[in-house]
Formats: sequence, C-alpha cells, structure tokens
Amino acid sequence: MKVLKDLYYTKDHEWLKVEGNEGYIGLTDFAQDSLGDIVYVELPNVDDEFEKEEAFSAVESVKAASDVYMPVSGRILEVNEALLDEPALLNEDPYKNWIVKIELADLSQLDELMSSEEYEKYLEEEV
Amino acid sequence: MVTKKTPLYDEHIKLGGKIVDYAGWFLPVQYEGLIKEHEAVRKDAGMFDVSHMGEIMVKGKDALDYLQYLLTNDISSMGDDQVLYSLMCYPDGGVVDDLLVYRYGQEEYLLVVNAANTEKDFKWMIDNKKDFNIIIENISNQVGEIALQGPKSEKILQKLTDYDLSSIKYFHLKRDIEISGVKCMVSRTGYTGEDGFEIFASPEDIVIIWNKLLEIGKEDGLKPAGLGARDTLRFEAAMPLYGHEISEEVNPLEGGLKFAVKFEKEVDFIGKEPLKKQWEEGLRRKVVGFEMLERGIPREGYEVYKNGKKIGYVTTGYLSPTLNKNIGNALIDIDEAKLGNQIDIMIRNKPVKAKIISRKFLKNS
Repeated sequence: MKVLKDLYYTKDHEWLKVEGNEGYIGLTDFAQDSLGDIVYVELPNVDDEFEKEEAFSAVESVKAASDVYMPVSGRILEVNEALLDEPALLNEDPYKNWIVKIELADLSQLDELMSSEEYEKYLEEEV
Repeated sequence: MVTKKTPLYDEHIKLGGKIVDYAGWFLPVQYEGLIKEHEAVRKDAGMFDVSHMGEIMVKGKDALDYLQYLLTNDISSMGDDQVLYSLMCYPDGGVVDDLLVYRYGQEEYLLVVNAANTEKDFKWMIDNKKDFNIIIENISNQVGEIALQGPKSEKILQKLTDYDLSSIKYFHLKRDIEISGVKCMVSRTGYTGEDGFEIFASPEDIVIIWNKLLEIGKEDGLKPAGLGARDTLRFEAAMPLYGHEISEEVNPLEGGLKFAVKFEKEVDFIGKEPLKKQWEEGLRRKVVGFEMLERGIPREGYEVYKNGKKIGYVTTGYLSPTLNKNIGNALIDIDEAKLGNQIDIMIRNKPVKAKIISRKFLKNS
C-alpha cells in the first residue's frame, strides 16, 4: 500500500496535507483498496464546520457505505466536486484526489495524528 | 466457532481473492472487482465457489411424506431428477430457511441449504422427524460445489463433458456425469437470474473442475466471481436472501414467496395455519422494490418513512451494476406498498425521495 511522506494520517485511514492553517483531506490507498470500486461520494457544504473525528463525508462502494471523519476540527473551504460525477477518482489516485479543503481550527490537534512512518507501522500491525 | 476453509480456499488465494469471513467460512468477496465480475455473469459467464452451502440427505420409505410435512412447497409435484425451491417454516410461519430440494427418487432427496443455517436446519429436521421412517444425514463436509452462471455457461461446460448438457432442463439435475474426467452431479439452477449450472463433487474433485473451468472458459470471458457479485446478481433478479427478505421474523408471504407456499396441498405442513390465516385476512406488511428519485444509495437497515411516519426498513439496497440505478427492497406497511407510491429513505439522517417499483428490476428495464 502506498503511503506518502509529509502527510498526517488517522486510524480511520484519512490523510491530511497541511499548508499554513489550511489543509486537504482525502482517503489513503489502504482505504480505497479496502472499499473496492467507489461508486458514490457525498460531500459537505462549503462553510460547514465539523469537530475532529466527526463524519463530514461518506464514500460508498457497491458493497457498503463508509463515513469519512475529520482528522482535525475545521471549516470547509472547498469540496472536490469532480468526485460527484467520477467517484472512481478516489480509486485511481487517492492522494491526488482530495475530498475537501479546510481551514484548521486548532493547529495543536496535529500532534495527535500519525506521521507517515507511524501510519505504515499501524498498517503492518493492523493487517 | 472456528472459521472454515472450503476445498477451493487455496485457489482463491492464488487468484488474489479478497477473503472475508462469511457465515463461518473464509470466502472471497471479490477477485479483480465486484462490478467486472457482475458484468461477466450477465454478459458471458462467472463461476462461484459455493462449497459453503449445506447439503442434507433425506432417505427412506417416508421421505416424501416427511418433506411434505416439513416444507411449504408441494414436494409431491416433483418427478425424479427435478429441483424445487421451498421454504422450511416454524409453527408461527417464520422461516427456518429457504432451500432447494433435489429429488433423486421417491425415497431419496438432497436438500441444499444456506451455509449459516446448516446446523440449525439439521437440528430442526431431526427435532421434527417424529415417527417418519427416514434417515437424515448432514453430508455438507463431503460435498464441494461450484456455481457456473451466465449466458455462455453451457457452451463452456460442454467442452469438459461428453454428456449433452442441453438435455438438462431448467431446475433439473443429472447425477453421475463426468466433467473433466471426474464424477459429479450437475443441476441447471442458480442464484443470478441467468442460465447456468451448479456442479457438485467431492472436495478433492471440485478443485480439478474449478481449475479446468478457469482454463477452458477464459476464451469465452469466464471470470471467477465473489460473494459481492453473488449478492448484487441475486438482488437484481428478485431472489430473496435469508436474513434480509425473509427471516425468523419475516414470513414467506411478506417476502413475496407465495408461489412456494402451497396451502392447497393435502398435507398440513409446519406453519400452514398462521400463514393461511394471514393470507386470507390480508398481510400487514410486505417486501417491495423501490428506486431512488434523488441522489443516494439505499442500504440494508435504513429506515423508510412516509409523511414523517416510519413505515418500514430497507432489506437490501445497491447501486445496481446492471441498471446503473440506486434501487432496493424494503419491508413496509401494506397501506403504503402500492406501485408508484413515493416514500422517503433515511440516508444518514436525511430523508431522500424514492418511488415504489416492481422488485423484478431486470424485467422492468
């Protein structure tokens, strides 16, 4: 499974790429592979605010629906609308195809997330 | 309970199958992808390992009388080498299991039952044996089974046998024929809505047949298919799955299976009285099909509402790979079960509009 350097990771297999006090959130390669063919993505509205670990989106394969959770608290700045018509983009390149762009509410929450090395180790232990 | 491996487990691993624990068995949910496997079955052919299914033999002088008492369908209507779908009910009309009856002769039948229910069914059958002169035997561990499904099934399987497969009609069986040199039973049955066969052989022989089929079927587009596609295929074809459209709590009439409940047969079968009464007085709820009118995929367990009032729940739901529509089955109040009625499916706490349509989704289109 591909794990990119310089991203933050959650136990629920979301990634977070931080630029200043803004960030992009997506699903990891492991997540897209476990789900299989993704056929549906539900997106939040711009300006919606979510707490850390709150579900802000849902992705669905033919087989099942899964919530996507906020790695940190924040406000939605942008949603990736291309996913509405082409949910399979998340399978094709899960790191390029982010789901939402957010404004982080509290940068200190980053300390609670995993680094790429920690996430790789987590995957080895979990799988 | 320890999760079991079918005789084909090693083959699934070699093929890159994504293994899950299903009904106490390690089985592939998919190989290269659910949608591709689903499409292969609709257009060409797919093969499934269904060795997890239970097989229970009923033999003896009273075999027919016993099955007439135990099962809802009319077993006396069967000839030799025929197959019949039936339900096995509790005295209150709830479903013990749904199954296929294979008639070898008037005194010999094979029941093919759901994997998760095999032990329960066997015990139920023993508990209801009464004074019938029969032997009931659970032979599940001695049988491997492959389902070969799709329009090209006959063409592919014919390459592995001298027996004229076109002589096996729908819902008929043939025993002791040779497929790729090993002895097996073949029935023209399946769980996908397509033409196809189910092949029964010993655990050792089923591996030989599996690999021969894979090899010889490739040029016709045959793919190994997993549990994921098995469920989407049966759902599109309006076939029930135990624990969803029928269960201990949902009786066969509510599940739309009246065709397999024969009140008119001479013998009083287990569950007949309450079912007959319900049928005459009118059902209170039933399983309907529906199509989403707004964006969203319905899923099992989602609640169904009408004008803010809860009227039932979803029993199965998918983005249908064949129809590319979001469709489902739901068990709802009979007053709201009319075709064309608009209902709301609660998806992540939001009501999303849907319309009731026939459950025969493939025929609708």
